[in-house]
Amino acid sequence: MVLAVLLVGLSGPAFGVERFPPPDFESGHTLPHSQYPSPRADVYEYVDVVVLVVALGLASWLALRVRSRRWMFALMLGSLAYFGFWRGGCVCPIGAIQNVTLAVFDRSYGIPLAVVAFFLLPLVSTLLFGRTFCAAVCPLGAIQDVVLVHPVRVPAWLDHGLRLLACVYLGAAVLFAATGSAFIICQYDPFVAFFRLSGSLGMLVLGGSLLVIGAFVGRPYCRFLCPYGVLLGWLSRLSKWRVSIAPDEAAPRGQLQLPSHWATADGRSACCVQCRLCEDSCPFGAIQKPTEPTTPSDRSTGTRRLLWLVVLVPVVVATGAWVGGMLHVPLSHMHATVRLADRVWLEEQGKAEGQTDESEAFRKTGRPVAELYAEAKSLRRQFVVGGRWLGAFVGLMVALKLIGLSVHRTRTDYEADRALCLACGRCFDYCPVEHERRKRLADER
Amino acid sequence: MAESEQGTNRRGFLRTSMRGACLAGLGGAVGFLATRSQAGDTVWQLDPEKCIQCGNCATHCVLKPSAVKCVHAYAMCGYCELCTGYFEPEPNALNTGAENQLCPVAAIQRTFVEDPYYEYTIDESLCIGCGKCVEGCRAFGNGSLYLQVRHDLCLNCNECSIAAACPSNAFRRVPADQPYLHPEGYPHDPREDTPKP
Repeated sequence: MVLAVLLVGLSGPAFGVERFPPPDFESGHTLPHSQYPSPRADVYEYVDVVVLVVALGLASWLALRVRSRRWMFALMLGSLAYFGFWRGGCVCPIGAIQNVTLAVFDRSYGIPLAVVAFFLLPLVSTLLFGRTFCAAVCPLGAIQDVVLVHPVRVPAWLDHGLRLLACVYLGAAVLFAATGSAFIICQYDPFVAFFRLSGSLGMLVLGGSLLVIGAFVGRPYCRFLCPYGVLLGWLSRLSKWRVSIAPDEAAPRGQLQLPSHWATADGRSACCVQCRLCEDSCPFGAIQKPTEPTTPSDRSTGTRRLLWLVVLVPVVVATGAWVGGMLHVPLSHMHATVRLADRVWLEEQGKAEGQTDESEAFRKTGRPVAELYAEAKSLRRQFVVGGRWLGAFVGLMVALKLIGLSVHRTRTDYEADRALCLACGRCFDYCPVEHERRKRLADER
Repeated sequence: MAESEQGTNRRGFLRTSMRGACLAGLGGAVGFLATRSQAGDTVWQLDPEKCIQCGNCATHCVLKPSAVKCVHAYAMCGYCELCTGYFEPEPNALNTGAENQLCPVAAIQRTFVEDPYYEYTIDESLCIGCGKCVEGCRAFGNGSLYLQVRHDLCLNCNECSIAAACPSNAFRRVPADQPYLHPEGYPHDPREDTPKP
């Protein structure tokens, strides 16, 4: 008891004060010293970048030149093992969106060069070769691809609707990273718990359910949620080379006899024979059928609808911006400081009982409450602006989606959709021209 | 079909020019990010002076048990017989009985040095990073026990899940070549400096 009183008397607010001076040991006892193990050396960051470059190059070569689903699958398993299970899934290009955003908006944040490389390299590769990153390099894609056992077709309306979720996710991730609130892509990363064989219940449930869905719906995260996939989709529309279902000029052909319409109008050489065999081969709904011939009345209604939609774009964008601005209060609650300010305000007003860990820690710092309120207020203002941008972006995406659905493009062949094709190479095996090509190549050897 | 050819050529031209613009944009992004980047990597660490020992380090790490462990700055320790980081408040007896210990996993070893001094060592393979001992040590002792992210264990997540849950904002990114943050009054022993990777 005496000791306790003595101890309480000794305890003061000043830390680092030696209440009990370290003794001089008479027995000559030497003090042990704690070990401070160093983190993984920086050089491994660059090893990761080199592996990424090699994997991207290999994936593009396998998809465009070799055209072998089997080798693509092997490379995909290799990436899953390296980037997923060995490296623990961090840092990945999807999450790097947030680091880049934070580097743009927060001058005090120095982004590691390896993260910049992880963000940019797949974008450049997509601009050149299409989404081969998705096919065989991304570990998140790979783990879903492995479990896909019985693909079912998602109805087009649902598919197009769900794909907008990824745009919302991208916008929200950028907003929260820009304001320094949270890295939501990392917080809700569905598969990192599997890669590390450890994680919270929420992560496991989210990842587990996506994998269960993924057994029937091809790559649900990639198609309907992945924010990086949105960027890759934009860029792969512009890609210089891309995967084609029937072998095209990029693939070695042997003495393959070309069908009469080998050279198509845009100078590309494809040799689709419209046999329809590949029609259902894509589990991601990325194969576009040849279009039906249109009648003049179809065309005139189509043009009118398109005109209406173009006129509606500013309206949809403005509505989105207005809604986004209205949502600034719930959005700003993602920021810890705003949450804390609200909590402290409730406590000050006597509307909340007790203290949370956060408010207790804040009061220990002795900062004036007014300062916290001012900081929260300025953050709220940022969220009004950011919320409007987010809303406008989502509005624009919705409008562009509607316009995209209304534009009629004539297709004579079965083609892989430029934006949606993940370059996985599943359709190759269904193409009789491809089989012919392989036979010729084998004969030549 | 001269018309459609023209159309596809126009589309092809648009595509090529937009691809060029995108490449230029990505080049610009490289340039911009290079000015905002740093050569070395960063790692997560917690500031012992901001830490309030809430216990989130034990529960929010993606690793189980957590990569946060209790570290002992031996040169700051008072080697007390009644260690408030080791014993429950008002213990039955000053011995190693489980009912007397604060540590829920008995990760602190108490060894007799000489009268009346005892040395306290952390068994990191047992420690779960709950910070109960740190709280006791800082409240009544010298504050020589403190929590740190151990970088031989830490996976260095892009966003640390403990940082996201830390109520006192004690976690931050630190340069990888200076990966530890020590408490105030920590005597910098050259032996304890982290060797450069």
